[in-house]
Amino acid sequence: MADTGMVMYEEEFKHIDAELSKLHQQANAKVIFLVDKNGQLIASVGETRNLDTTSLASLTAGNIAATGGMARLLGEREFSILFHEGKRDNIHISMIGQRVILVVVFDQRSSLGLVRLRVKKSVEAFTQIFDRILKKIEIESGKKVEIKSPFAEITEEDIEKLFG
Amino acid sequence: MSFINYSAREINCKIVYYGPGLCGKTTNLLYIYKKSSPESKGKMISLATETERTLFFDFLPLTLGNIRGFKVRFHLYTVPGQVFYDASRKLILRGVDGVVFVGDSQVERMEANIESMENLRKNLNEQGFNLDALPFTIQYNKRDLPNVVPLEGMNRALNPKGVSFLEAVAPQGQGVFDTLKEIAKQVILELKKNA
Repeated sequence: MADTGMVMYEEEFKHIDAELSKLHQQANAKVIFLVDKNGQLIASVGETRNLDTTSLASLTAGNIAATGGMARLLGEREFSILFHEGKRDNIHISMIGQRVILVVVFDQRSSLGLVRLRVKKSVEAFTQIFDRILKKIEIESGKKVEIKSPFAEITEEDIEKLFG
Repeated sequence: MSFINYSAREINCKIVYYGPGLCGKTTNLLYIYKKSSPESKGKMISLATETERTLFFDFLPLTLGNIRGFKVRFHLYTVPGQVFYDASRKLILRGVDGVVFVGDSQVERMEANIESMENLRKNLNEQGFNLDALPFTIQYNKRDLPNVVPLEGMNRALNPKGVSFLEAVAPQGQGVFDTLKEIAKQVILELKKNA
């Protein structure tokens, strides 16, 4: 495998959630979400009820991937921030480390300047949390027993049941 | 790359449908979308041109059910099949857990099939994957057309390693869910292996 799969543990999830809520409040944002670079939604906060966050996550990752491809063609390592301006809502997208994407949706109650400033501060906190998670994944995959993967004892029957 | 969320008790896996232009990748996803119950599927996203050719990707999130208390979700993607969209194809293969190669069974598309299969192998290598080590299945689509290559011929050209293969007529749904089931099974067994 080219890379280890992402694993989210209860404890780190709480830290992420707390940091997201803080950013949500300080940046006066509508919705904030975190997406794995491969398009999997990690966490979200704010007015998500009428929002298709799964699709948004996948499109965000596609967007970052395409922009990354453009960057490399120009000899840049990456474009670390993307900003889309709409009539009502705006989207600010930034990278955390090389692995996770932070997406902030905001309207006229906030401003690009405020969002940029608050995101910058949060990115540092998120970087630390994700560094911890990656270390934990590495350690756990080394000893393999401590946290039991739900797949360890799966049977053919379990799989058959999925297709009912 | 699979994403196991202990907090939400969810497992997400990524499956990519690969193959030459007009082989029926999007048709596979559309059929799955049409036939899945509303509570198990998310919205299907198609980034297509005005003539409905896939431009970047199609995306369909699908919840299959529960395994050991974990919700199992598959994110199905297609790549744009046309040769000149290679840069986009590479991006979509990132973090893939399993690949379905959709081959066009028509005689005149064999060359395109072979080219696409080579392209798949090359693009996976660039992302650090080895096709032979990845959950992988082949679907021979359009079996209802009059000018199809016999199965042996398809296998000889596209399946020298003898991986699992299925016949399909995607617009009518024949073989579509069997293919999904086959790749899902392989992906889950791979997760078990690494658990």
